[in-house]
Amino acid sequence: MIPSSFIYKRAGSAEEACDLAAEYGEEAKYLAGGHSLLPLMKLRLAAPEVIIDLGGLRDLSYVTDQGSYVAIGALTRHHDVEHSDLLARELPLLAHAAGQVGDPQIRHRGTIGGSVAHADPASDLPAVLLALDATLVARGTDGAREIGIGEFFEGLFETVLEPGELLTEIRVPKPAATGWSFQKFTQRAIDWAIVGVAVQGRRVALVNMGGTPLRAATVEAALADGASSADAAAHAAEGTSAASDIRASREYREHLARVLVSRALTEASSRA
Amino acid sequence: MKVDLTVNGKEITADVEDRLLLVHFLRDVADLTATNIGCDTTSCGACTVLLDGESVKSCTVLAAQASGHEITTVEGLASNGTMHPVQQAFHEQHGLQCGFCTPGMVMAIVSLLKENPHPTEEQVRIGLEGNLCRCTGYHNIVRAALAAAEVSS
Repeated sequence: MIPSSFIYKRAGSAEEACDLAAEYGEEAKYLAGGHSLLPLMKLRLAAPEVIIDLGGLRDLSYVTDQGSYVAIGALTRHHDVEHSDLLARELPLLAHAAGQVGDPQIRHRGTIGGSVAHADPASDLPAVLLALDATLVARGTDGAREIGIGEFFEGLFETVLEPGELLTEIRVPKPAATGWSFQKFTQRAIDWAIVGVAVQGRRVALVNMGGTPLRAATVEAALADGASSADAAAHAAEGTSAASDIRASREYREHLARVLVSRALTEASSRA
Repeated sequence: MKVDLTVNGKEITADVEDRLLLVHFLRDVADLTATNIGCDTTSCGACTVLLDGESVKSCTVLAAQASGHEITTVEGLASNGTMHPVQQAFHEQHGLQCGFCTPGMVMAIVSLLKENPHPTEEQVRIGLEGNLCRCTGYHNIVRAALAAAEVSS
């Protein structure tokens, strides 16, 4: 399969990337690792006229300790998130979940920023970052702004990023509550999650239970009221809008959400 | 557009379409046809090559993205007529049946052993989750990976 024709531009800096995006307008699309966008382009489900390759922006690949939070460059690959000693120490949920994305080859190319900006509700890291209450930093032609992850996702593959705005950094606060868990149920090893669950302390987020990654708000409220893990998990499907598709029905996903949230809360408690 | 890749140590400059995939560059421009196209959807790993020493699926990388970088295909592993330890281990452990997945499997294992020179059997199996063998001949492939690790130690 071959993508439809496009013009390829390689950006040498974040500034140049934004300038190119401004020049080409809505016909242009940023390409990070390319492991979400290129498959869509090969299937002709996406056909941008201009590709702005961010692969040369090495200065946006980093993991640094900023005291109360860890800053992660948007172009940091899943492989580097998975193997970061700093993340293993401070944010083991994120390091572990990054190691569950796709397969080794995909993790050698795919980036954390690309995954978040692509906003596929079936992707692992958007929900993980929701559970971790991350803040995203985006840069446009008018300067930089911070966006709370709770406000970032608007719908299926839709975010609040403006055309040409570039996600540059993900800031993840060091969690006060240490217990964590990541559960992912797939049919085959490298599939997207049918359902996934990320837990950090009492924050619970769901993969693939609606058009965006979701907080399991009723579960969190039950936990705050002192409910047991099992009782809280019974609420896992409330407020969700899972799709029925070739892999699973909505009812199956709702059942799976309850089972996986229960397992995740139990595992998180054991690590607290 | 003009791209400039180093493939198996040799620099190749070519004028290609912007949308050309790396796997097509390797097969059709560089004339290195050992790298197979299997699923063409980033799933099966048959097209696995090394990009700057790390395994990638060449059906999901643009030749343009790889410009300025080093690519290694299975043709580039042997030196002076001597097979790479992973190739030798595939030979000795009968790590292939039809052979279609083999180039991708070998490259994935070379990358795996570079990152983890002494993997357990479980680590090999998990490390190869991005490569499918349509003959389901996984046992001997895993044995070959472990044998290669043993030889290299």
